[in-house]
Amino acid sequence: MSTYFNEMIERGAVRPPYARLQGWVDQMPAELRNLKQAEAEALFRRIGITFAVYGEGGDPDRLIPFDMFPRVFSAQEWFRLERGIKQRARALNAFLADVYDRGEIIRAGRIPGRLVYLNEAYEKAVAGIRPPKNVYSHIVGIDLVRTGPDEFFVLEDNCRTPSGVSYMLENREIMMRMFPELFSANRIQPVEAYPELLRRTLASVAPEKCTATEPNVVILTPGHFNSAYYEHSFLADMMGVELVEGQDLFVEGEFVWMRTTEGPRKVDVIYRRIDDAFLDPLCFRPDSMLGVPGLMDVYRSGGVSICSAPGAGVADDKAVYTFVPEMVRFYLGEEPILQNVPTWQCAKADECQYVMENLADLVVKEVHGSGGYGMLVGPKSTKEQIEAFRHKIEADPDNYIAQPTLALSTVPSFVEEGVAPRHVDLRPYCLVGERIELVPGGLTRVALREGSLVVNSSQGGGVKDTWVLAE
Amino acid sequence: MLSRTADNLFWMARYMERAETAARLLDVGARIAMLPNSEQGYRNEWEALLHACGSYDAFMKKYGDPVQRNIESHLFFDRENPSSVVSCITQARENGRIVRTALTTQMWDALNSAFQEMRQIEREPRSDQSLSRLTDWTRRHCAMVRGAMDATHLRNDGWDFLNIGYYLERADSTARLLDVKYYVLLPHIDFVGSGLDNYQWRTLLRAMSLHRAFHWAYGGEITAKKIAHFLILNPQTPRGLSPCVEALNLHLDRLARYYRRPTRAQESARNMMARMYETSTESIFDEGLHEFLTRFIREVADLGARVHEAYLSGDVR
Repeated sequence: MSTYFNEMIERGAVRPPYARLQGWVDQMPAELRNLKQAEAEALFRRIGITFAVYGEGGDPDRLIPFDMFPRVFSAQEWFRLERGIKQRARALNAFLADVYDRGEIIRAGRIPGRLVYLNEAYEKAVAGIRPPKNVYSHIVGIDLVRTGPDEFFVLEDNCRTPSGVSYMLENREIMMRMFPELFSANRIQPVEAYPELLRRTLASVAPEKCTATEPNVVILTPGHFNSAYYEHSFLADMMGVELVEGQDLFVEGEFVWMRTTEGPRKVDVIYRRIDDAFLDPLCFRPDSMLGVPGLMDVYRSGGVSICSAPGAGVADDKAVYTFVPEMVRFYLGEEPILQNVPTWQCAKADECQYVMENLADLVVKEVHGSGGYGMLVGPKSTKEQIEAFRHKIEADPDNYIAQPTLALSTVPSFVEEGVAPRHVDLRPYCLVGERIELVPGGLTRVALREGSLVVNSSQGGGVKDTWVLAE
Repeated sequence: MLSRTADNLFWMARYMERAETAARLLDVGARIAMLPNSEQGYRNEWEALLHACGSYDAFMKKYGDPVQRNIESHLFFDRENPSSVVSCITQARENGRIVRTALTTQMWDALNSAFQEMRQIEREPRSDQSLSRLTDWTRRHCAMVRGAMDATHLRNDGWDFLNIGYYLERADSTARLLDVKYYVLLPHIDFVGSGLDNYQWRTLLRAMSLHRAFHWAYGGEITAKKIAHFLILNPQTPRGLSPCVEALNLHLDRLARYYRRPTRAQESARNMMARMYETSTESIFDEGLHEFLTRFIREVADLGARVHEAYLSGDVR
């Protein structure tokens, strides 16, 4: 069986980024730890950061477990990650601009047209529209896993509306409140600039018709019943912009307006946290109550910017994912800095056969699935579960991809018995507007159940503060 | 400010004030019920209370017997009663959650703590909870939210909508609390001055935390006229009707200046104020206290409708 890379301890020695944490954890008696854990939980609850899981019912005010043991990157490690993430974000945007324009990458035979044009996420309605600065995906969340000191793999890209950034910011706030001594002992780069950078990024893609010096940026939320509502309101608050629902907006003339106590006010940039299908009932789903009738007409005529642009989802599809390294080469003429996880497409007969023969060793995912639902982790499943999944794949092979079970790195975490290694992943948030920005940090998710490789919060995952040390 | 934001601020404030009213009503009821011998036994007092908060029929249907425990359930715990403390605090917190961005951290903290503690109280056995603990708890948390708002909220239009919500609700609730007294006393003003009567008036003052203030301001015997003056006309009374109307005028005028646009809401508020200045205790008793209060409650509701139309509906042009 493979051994896992422990990010803190390698061959019995503490790796340098974690040097100062060893003493910290050694000197913390169990009572103090429990006390601090309770304090952290109370803080989260008081601030109101809670998380409702789609379709699970139960307590709508559930907390995501917060693990106080931080995850640390050295400046050098981050330097390489940063270049890789920015490179990937550039390539994904170049791809989007291309496939809604001339489709050069398809003409060049580097990616099958069928995967793009027949993709559910491909929006024919926006083909030929050029969004400001030619940016489609303004916030790119890239999910990374690590298997060794220098081995990072991209698990998936999130080009639509990656969530979780509020946890990155709040985890840091809470750590700073509870363990100020750690922050004076370690030189930890701040992440607090994120909301300001996000606002600037969004303002930088205001439509040409906007003549105001300060474009009116708003966040569009499906409403307070949404599981990510806390994040929507948190970001609006930190950015100093309005948090609107579809009912607050209307279209008149060439513009989108919001209903205020003083009458209508023009909206220039919409950071939407609702799916394409719900944006405009006149263009997409006619039964949507969340969107704004006529919004797409205004978008088409350059009266408003929508971030991410409708149709951006075609770049983060799991089938298209396989071709991202190709995008980097094709558009940027560079070699990809971050590697993909080897992926088998069940849509291809020979690859599907391999998958079927090796189900017990593979992770199988739905092409459009998310949140850790509808996936099979071969090595962690029973024979019955595997057979049941086999039938699902046979019924609809196009809907599945498979990847090897990666030896996800571990980071020490506080568990019942003390401190023990638990598997982690990382989601950094790359901002793309006039410039490309990345704050030094991200969201580390941790599988708190022993041996588990599933880090999704809906499946018993927790979060950690993620540090990037200054040089 | 988004109309929907203003609407949520307005209702958040109203619900907090309403929660406090429910607690005060419980206080009034409990104290009046401690009386050994009112005319028809204390069943009558509790019924009066239910009439005052407009939920007599709903209560009788669900509980039947107006004894303290049932009234406590109804006014504090019952989620089916939209005016119970639990319903109001839940609703206020929901309004607050929707407009988190328009609240300061301290305000949210106060609001959310009240909600979290309340859920704790709901889980505890009822036998551990005395009525006075419940009412004290409610008053304390309402004061904390209000205090956080006073201490930390920007004096912007949101501040005005919060205050308009508070004062509209307060005007309504003081009028209703006064009206309880009417139901208990029934129409004969002649009873004024009896021992029983004084006890009841004092209880009412106590429930509004105005017991001592009354003695400071008037001294001597408690009379119906003094009380009516104190709770309706005296500009110094914190929960009095006249100061509420004055505050409503202040905040509506601020909005008109801020937005450079007067509306029918200012007009209504100004007319209410003018009538208030012209009113004397004599004219109130000539009209009948109950009639006066009923009219006042209707005027407050009309003003609320105009505020909605002018600012909160989203159809402002």
